[in-house]
Amino acid sequence: MVGGSYKPRMLTPVLIATGAAIALGLPLVLKAPFSLHVLIMFCVYGVLGEAWNILGGYAGQISLGHTVFFGIGAYTSTVLLLTRGVSPWIGMVVGIVVSIVASLAIGSLCFRLNGKYFVIATIAVLQIVQTLVTCAQSLGGASGLSVPVRNESLASFQFNSSKVPYAYIAILMLAVAVFVVARLDRSRSGYYFRVIRESKEVAESLGINTVVYKLYAIVLSAALASAAGTFYAQYVLFIDPNSAFSYPMAIKMCLLAVLGGVGTVWGPVVGALILIPLSEISRAYIGGGGQGIDLIIYGLLMTLIAIYRPDGIAGLIIRGRPKTGGERRATLGHGSTSSGSN
Amino acid sequence: MGTVLRLQEVTKRFSGLLVNDHVSFSIDENELVGLIGPNGAGKTTLFNCISGYYAPSEGRVVFNETDITGWAPNAVCHLGLVRTFQVVRPIKQMTVLENVMIGSLCRAASIDMARQSALGVLEECGLIDKRDMLASSLTLVDCKRLEIARAWATKPRLLLLDEVMAGLTQVEMQAAVALVRRIKATGVALLIVEHVMEILVPLVDRMVVLDQGRKIAEGNPKAVLSDPYVISAYLGGELHAGS
Repeated sequence: MVGGSYKPRMLTPVLIATGAAIALGLPLVLKAPFSLHVLIMFCVYGVLGEAWNILGGYAGQISLGHTVFFGIGAYTSTVLLLTRGVSPWIGMVVGIVVSIVASLAIGSLCFRLNGKYFVIATIAVLQIVQTLVTCAQSLGGASGLSVPVRNESLASFQFNSSKVPYAYIAILMLAVAVFVVARLDRSRSGYYFRVIRESKEVAESLGINTVVYKLYAIVLSAALASAAGTFYAQYVLFIDPNSAFSYPMAIKMCLLAVLGGVGTVWGPVVGALILIPLSEISRAYIGGGGQGIDLIIYGLLMTLIAIYRPDGIAGLIIRGRPKTGGERRATLGHGSTSSGSN
Repeated sequence: MGTVLRLQEVTKRFSGLLVNDHVSFSIDENELVGLIGPNGAGKTTLFNCISGYYAPSEGRVVFNETDITGWAPNAVCHLGLVRTFQVVRPIKQMTVLENVMIGSLCRAASIDMARQSALGVLEECGLIDKRDMLASSLTLVDCKRLEIARAWATKPRLLLLDEVMAGLTQVEMQAAVALVRRIKATGVALLIVEHVMEILVPLVDRMVVLDQGRKIAEGNPKAVLSDPYVISAYLGGELHAGS
């Protein structure tokens, strides 16, 4: 056991240094705007996947309406900027606060339901919020809101001449999201989430307040998704109810976590790394004809993974490893096996 | 010695069905009490009423001088009362050690402290060699041990064991009895539901018999089992326990 936990500790700084070098170098190597766009979208979806992973992967509460918080983040910062000239960075923080409050409200209501009924409730919440925003003229209604073009600066969260600064911010956000989940994975909350996912009764018998911990999961998850929403609004400079409170995006968040491996630190990143370039590139090159070939390929890939790798890709990588320190191997492996039972 | 648990007229109804009918008894500190009764006598329901999974329809559950009637199971656990499940429920995707750590996290301030405490419990329960195995790969007997270990790791003052010996061989049962005795030796009080009389009679300090939701006898195990009323209600006229 000592050997098993010692080795990764030696490896971790090396891995972090390598990752940081790649992260810092990549936006400079990928000069083309489209490549940068793919990188940025990968990071945004990586954050969303990790956000979904906290609630869905670790705590086992499957939400298919998680873009509610993404939309709240996007709308909060944009509305504050438009009406009061508040910096989107502050807007991001306010959006996170609003999302946390919303997640507590949604959680208190929806956590009364279990399993598939919870899933249905999350879809319903998203539809309700989307409809409300569409009807709210003060929020731009169905035609949405445009972020006004301002001076290019870090403080104004706007960069018009190059996507590189956006790429760095996106990479930083993904790094924060991975860090949060990695910390969670080894923490008391991480253990408690996994017990709750498998059995609420066992969790309660062992002194775990399942209501509090489920709310903690949705709060963390909502905060991350909300930050991604603000970033997205500043990057695209236009939001409407369909793009901010997007149902397809809510499904994608879930899909890439499942594809990569639910309840693992790197699963959503792996999933986003495969799905997002695939969907962006296929959309750009073969999606224009309106025949939806990109979606067909996408669906085919999902089907193949569901058949051959129900544990997700991360499960594949971890399984293939030599069996070193048992405790570590098993914690990494546990989440990947769980997707089969979910 | 003080009383650790006191049941006062605990009654549980499910719509019309009366499952526990004014059951009263108490358990002293560090006492080992057996709860027996035919199938459907209401033993597991009583466990659920004590451990907070059901709120009793009437009556009170008092633990350590605190009225815990209607408390949630997690609050009851923090107070020092924990139960195991009749159908074992290991967290399959976690290792044996992690399963027990979940229990010790109830008292430990950190993950490392929980790990240390869990390793101690695993040592006591004879599962230390299997600590890195996934719980899904355990045999039934080890699952039962894990169930006890996980509950014990919460450092309870009263441990409720629901048929932890059912389905075990004679040898495995002897090991389980030894484990129960070790737990008792640390000062814990236990309430045990079990069907195997030749195991239970020499093990317990006192026995409570339920039949059709009512308590029909209580006291010294041998005396209880020679009670003609208990024999006719539960043992069907045949006395297994005399040996």
